[in-house]
Amino acid sequence: MASLTASPPAITPLAAPATVLIEPPHGWFELRLREVWEYRELLYFFVWRDVKVRYKQTLVGVAWVILQPLLTMAVFTLFFGKLAKLPSQGLPYPVFYFAALVPWMYFSYSLQSATNVVVENQRVITKVYFPRLVLPFSAVLSGLVDFAIGFLTLIGVTLIFGIHPGFAALWLPVFLLLAILTALGVGLWMSALNALYRDVRYVMPFVVQFWMFASPVAYPSSLVPERWRWLYGLNPMAGVIDGFRWALTGHGQPPGAVMLASAGMVAVVLVGGLFFFQRMESTVADRV
Amino acid sequence: MTTTVIHGESLGKRYRRGLHAEPGLRHALENFLRSPLSVFRGNNQESFWALKDVSLEVREGEVLGLIGRNGAGKTTLLKILSRITRPTTGWAEIHGRVGSLLEVGTGFHPELTGRENTFLSGAILGMSKKEIARKFDEIVAFAELEKFIDTQVKHYSTGMYVRLAFAVAAHLEPQILLVDEVLAVGDIKFQKKCLGKMGDVARAGRTVVLVSHQLNQIRRLCQRVVWIDEGQTRRAGSTHEVVSAYESAMARGETNRHSQERGAGTKARFLRWEISEPRGDDPHVLTEIAPTTVKFTIEIREPVHKGHHGIALFNHDRQLIWAWSTDGVKLAVGQHHLCHGFPMLPVRPGPYAWQVSLYGDGHQLDVWEAVPEMIVATQSHQHQDDLWNGILNVPTRFETECR
Repeated sequence: MASLTASPPAITPLAAPATVLIEPPHGWFELRLREVWEYRELLYFFVWRDVKVRYKQTLVGVAWVILQPLLTMAVFTLFFGKLAKLPSQGLPYPVFYFAALVPWMYFSYSLQSATNVVVENQRVITKVYFPRLVLPFSAVLSGLVDFAIGFLTLIGVTLIFGIHPGFAALWLPVFLLLAILTALGVGLWMSALNALYRDVRYVMPFVVQFWMFASPVAYPSSLVPERWRWLYGLNPMAGVIDGFRWALTGHGQPPGAVMLASAGMVAVVLVGGLFFFQRMESTVADRV
Repeated sequence: MTTTVIHGESLGKRYRRGLHAEPGLRHALENFLRSPLSVFRGNNQESFWALKDVSLEVREGEVLGLIGRNGAGKTTLLKILSRITRPTTGWAEIHGRVGSLLEVGTGFHPELTGRENTFLSGAILGMSKKEIARKFDEIVAFAELEKFIDTQVKHYSTGMYVRLAFAVAAHLEPQILLVDEVLAVGDIKFQKKCLGKMGDVARAGRTVVLVSHQLNQIRRLCQRVVWIDEGQTRRAGSTHEVVSAYESAMARGETNRHSQERGAGTKARFLRWEISEPRGDDPHVLTEIAPTTVKFTIEIREPVHKGHHGIALFNHDRQLIWAWSTDGVKLAVGQHHLCHGFPMLPVRPGPYAWQVSLYGDGHQLDVWEAVPEMIVATQSHQHQDDLWNGILNVPTRFETECR
């Protein structure tokens, strides 16, 4: 212990800037993204905690992550495919549905955990400072572990059905990024709203369910009439899911206009969400 | 040592009453439909100032104490300085890396092991991964938990949990450390260990701002003290000067305040208290170790059906000596006497404070820190040497030839 007292004050990457000015909130236009970067190690620890706890708590752990989309796929194949005979862009039903379910499940899981992340961490929020933005970021990032497992399963499923991904697969990271940003953008709004009005969390499961039927998960987006397609594209997950199917299998069309509309929409939601969240952030410790 | 590391200017914090009540979407929508423009008008909710116009300056290497009654605004000030909440008015400038310790076990997760929680809590408190890894063995040794470090924390006893949490916190090495009362828990031996560690931190030239009710602790650790009263600086200066002033104000019974929470004191109000048995010259002085009854007079303005009544006894250092509570209290409108009878109150002579509370339907009706204090002036049955005086003062019957 004696040696410890002699050591100099530890300055670490986590350190806040040397001088901090504390002031009343200024209103809408304060964005401190740089600070999130400074706290990236804490971000890592939050993600690490979420993943650890998640896999510790579920009895079947990893198996569950694979089973969930597989079972959903089986149900979709049976009801939407074999019984309702919805078109599948010439793809085998399992591939058609699984390619949509993997990004969709990532999105719905991330959005719901982002919605609850501020309220669930209220104890920490009222006891220690860190940029609160770290929380929704950690929520959408920790879902990526599940996604990675699901994605490997997806590759397996496509190979089993004799479909070999081509060069279009290089676009996959772009669509994944779009899914992450969509979950983050909407998640920012929802977690801030949930901190203000606690019943938001009860509304979310319904929102997510409706959203799924407004996205081409159970059907191809070609069912939507051509002249409404742009409007459909304002749902960023439409771009993501169409993109995933196309990039992985080469079937369907590369989502051009839909994709642009989706990206534009995400940009608006994300920037708005960042400001809205930071606006709420200045009072969150007084509320939760 | 003249560099200023914390400079606060006219800091104020206004809270809105009722903000903690869970607001619902439906409620918000209803309000919006009733008067759609109110969204832009801001709120006209009732508000109160938890902190008002407090300025302070802390120099490098200084250990500053913050004292004051419960709810005086000490914790609010600490929360502003640690950036947990933003001030409503004023500003502060802080030079250096800040670590805040407002709770024991911040960020602990029951499902994770001691090892995992050490890293997690350390990171949340502001340590880097490298720093935690470097100090890990020392933290575990300090907590005396070598054998259980890979056990999930949910299987820990309270003592083990607190020890690990303390150990992590005690190894924080920020340039400025803000501490709130956290040292008040844990067993005495471990508390001393932590105090020692904190003293080391202070001697190493780091700055500490400490909130505590334990005046002895403040005396031991702080060079300078700020006394916060009703959200404002009542007095600031050398430890001896301020603590003495605070103590004499307390002795004058200047703490006759009821809880400031919403609605408290309007539906029910504690009025006075006395020792009704044994009767002495002064109804607030206890002179005998004998059956004792303490009587609290309360005025009820709205009938209480399922009341919850609590009582607690604190010593001069704000240590809880005893507490008790009961449900199902039924009180009609009017004045009532709530009596507590004890076979004896064998506490060591000195000043004590009663705290009584009444809740109805989950709402706080009144919480009263009873004034004046109770002075226990019983004959001492303790060791002649002061050093061996404990918290109890119990007569013992000593025999050499007993069965």
